[in-house]
Amino acid sequence: MNKKDAVNILFCGTGGQGVLKASEICGWAALFGGFHVKKSEVHGMAQRGGSVESHLRFGGDVLSPLIPKGRADYLVSFDKDERDRLKDFLSPKGVDLIDYLEQGKNLVKDGRYINIFLLGVLSKHLAIEEKNWLRAIENILPSKHLKENREAFFKGRETRGSV
Amino acid sequence: MLLSGDEALARGAYEEGLKVAASYPGTPASEILESLAGFKEIDAQWSINEKVAFEVALSSSIGGLRSLYASKHVGLNVAMDPLMTSSYVGVGAGFIIVSCDDPGIHSSQNEQDNRLISEVAKIPLIEPSSPAEAKEFVKTAFEVSEDFDTPVMIRLTTRIAHTKEDIAIGGRKESGIRDFKIDVPKYVMVPRNAYKRRIEIEKRLARLKEYSENSRLNKIELNDKSFGFIASGVSYLYAKEMYPDASFLKIGFGFPFPEARALEFSKKVKEIFVIEELEPFLERKLREIGVKFKAKHPSYRIGELRPEYIPGIIKGGEKKEEASTARKPVLCPGCPHRSVFWVLKKIKAVVTGDIGCYTLGALPPLGALHTCLCMGAGITFFEGIKKALKKNVAGVIGDSTFVHTGIPGLINLSYNNTKGLIIILDNFTTAMTGNQPHPATGITIKGESAKRLVLEDICASCGADNVDVIDPHNVKELEKLVKSRINEDALSVIIARSPCRLIEKKRAKAPLYKRENCKKCYICLSIDCPALKKSADGFIYINEELCVGCGLCAETCNFEAITR
Repeated sequence: MNKKDAVNILFCGTGGQGVLKASEICGWAALFGGFHVKKSEVHGMAQRGGSVESHLRFGGDVLSPLIPKGRADYLVSFDKDERDRLKDFLSPKGVDLIDYLEQGKNLVKDGRYINIFLLGVLSKHLAIEEKNWLRAIENILPSKHLKENREAFFKGRETRGSV
Repeated sequence: MLLSGDEALARGAYEEGLKVAASYPGTPASEILESLAGFKEIDAQWSINEKVAFEVALSSSIGGLRSLYASKHVGLNVAMDPLMTSSYVGVGAGFIIVSCDDPGIHSSQNEQDNRLISEVAKIPLIEPSSPAEAKEFVKTAFEVSEDFDTPVMIRLTTRIAHTKEDIAIGGRKESGIRDFKIDVPKYVMVPRNAYKRRIEIEKRLARLKEYSENSRLNKIELNDKSFGFIASGVSYLYAKEMYPDASFLKIGFGFPFPEARALEFSKKVKEIFVIEELEPFLERKLREIGVKFKAKHPSYRIGELRPEYIPGIIKGGEKKEEASTARKPVLCPGCPHRSVFWVLKKIKAVVTGDIGCYTLGALPPLGALHTCLCMGAGITFFEGIKKALKKNVAGVIGDSTFVHTGIPGLINLSYNNTKGLIIILDNFTTAMTGNQPHPATGITIKGESAKRLVLEDICASCGADNVDVIDPHNVKELEKLVKSRINEDALSVIIARSPCRLIEKKRAKAPLYKRENCKKCYICLSIDCPALKKSADGFIYINEELCVGCGLCAETCNFEAITR
């Protein structure tokens, strides 16, 4: 794999929606999968309800920490306004998971697990084995709600959609 | 391990035998000290401000212990006094100064290129491009510091400090332990000694230049010889991302500048483009030695660079400024600052403030804070504005910021005979940077207890005539007190004390909303609480998941539509 093959995922939302947690889990899953990972975010005022975005890139040799505009392969949004703001980052062939946000809100009753549900949806598209995802989830999330998080992840992974 | 640039640098310092670290919270540097504090071998402290942190770290290096100072770019401004003479006294064991700059002003009061400061301070400059290099370059920094008897600056930016990368970690070496030697000509900077050290500095810089020419931190990568970049920091990665086949001269040891290497590169590559964020630091160095190159349009000196800008920059285009569309941050539901701003806004006071979560009080619709320049200015600007306006002025400052640089300002008010009102917003934490402790919380970064600094006692000792402590959630009482103090012929401090909502998790019941009483005046919305929204039908919606039951909205309602 050369540097041209970096997979680029842009996570976005507002403070409190679990954007950075989701990005962190994805980063660790890729790391366990043996990829070079870079994850870049500005999180200074995330707690104060501000915009949160995380650029996650993994591949053979990742260079820029930021995804060049127009080169995101996946856009994973936890807030529709944030997605509208950042949709120009998606490459022409890129996959926008915004439709799964509504689906997720219906399928996963507890709002706290929607970000993990979306991770499950994303995971179907990536060349990272399921065991690496599960290991990442277990390492990053508190053990108290591990069962609910795993359920949400599998729900997302098994969801059939338009993309 | 997925480590951020901050954490990677901390790990590197740990592995290289760091003994002492001192810092003050500031984005994007805060995580460096937080990471270092996790190691039992490292004496890591939140100092009360960056000047103190710098002096503590430098002197412990002089004492024989490898030491480190870290701050954001404006934090280094606070430490300028010791910084500027640090090249004179040199070090004992290695001493590293970490400056985390914030191009693009993600969370600062200005934009500043601290590479320039290394040159003014006459200390070597090391610039990692990635978290991996932030870890790796620490070894070189300590070696250079000890071999050349000089502080060394490692300069990061937000996109390195807050990018995570998988980093290989190793074990700790107990390195660089030195004996303290009494050396008055070296450590006592009276004029005669300082002048001699000044001469020594220039000799040292000449030796450092030779080192820089041979440093592996400056790398020539020859690919396509028709086109190449000279770049440093994260900009190197942006350029390489977009032009992976070009040749590169990567500058990792930037001051003293490796002139011979740059000339060597210029002879091997036909067309050269310089890519750097902010100031034309590399450009000026290259111009000095006659290297022919193209560089970005000056409009790109403003703000951070992004990889997608590089093609346009090469074409010579001007930067197109786009208004930020990001959602603005807002005070948390139930934040005690909000009640203070509500009162100040009601009485139409002019309010001087400074740096903290409370700076958000300036944003509409709250709009109750009117100046913010730098740490501590909430009090000093009060003094200046009061001289002009005479009435209806108040200064606000946070608890941590008050300890940082507010105390001298308060003494100055008393000493230079200014009357009026200062409000200390005491929420038991250094909030905006991530809830770090400070001397008035009585806890250290390692979680140990410390003698708690009692703010009301300090204020009285500084010369305040009145010192009142009040819970700002008692809004009616607060309003009465503020009104009585603001134009009184006395110097008064009100300590508005109530815990930050990110550490106080206990909630009270959400208020009741009676639609039938609501006149849709929307005064309640002017407090900008995230838990209060206008519904589609024009009535008010209280989000009970976000609401913590502080009751401020009920206070603002004149029609009993919202009641506790």
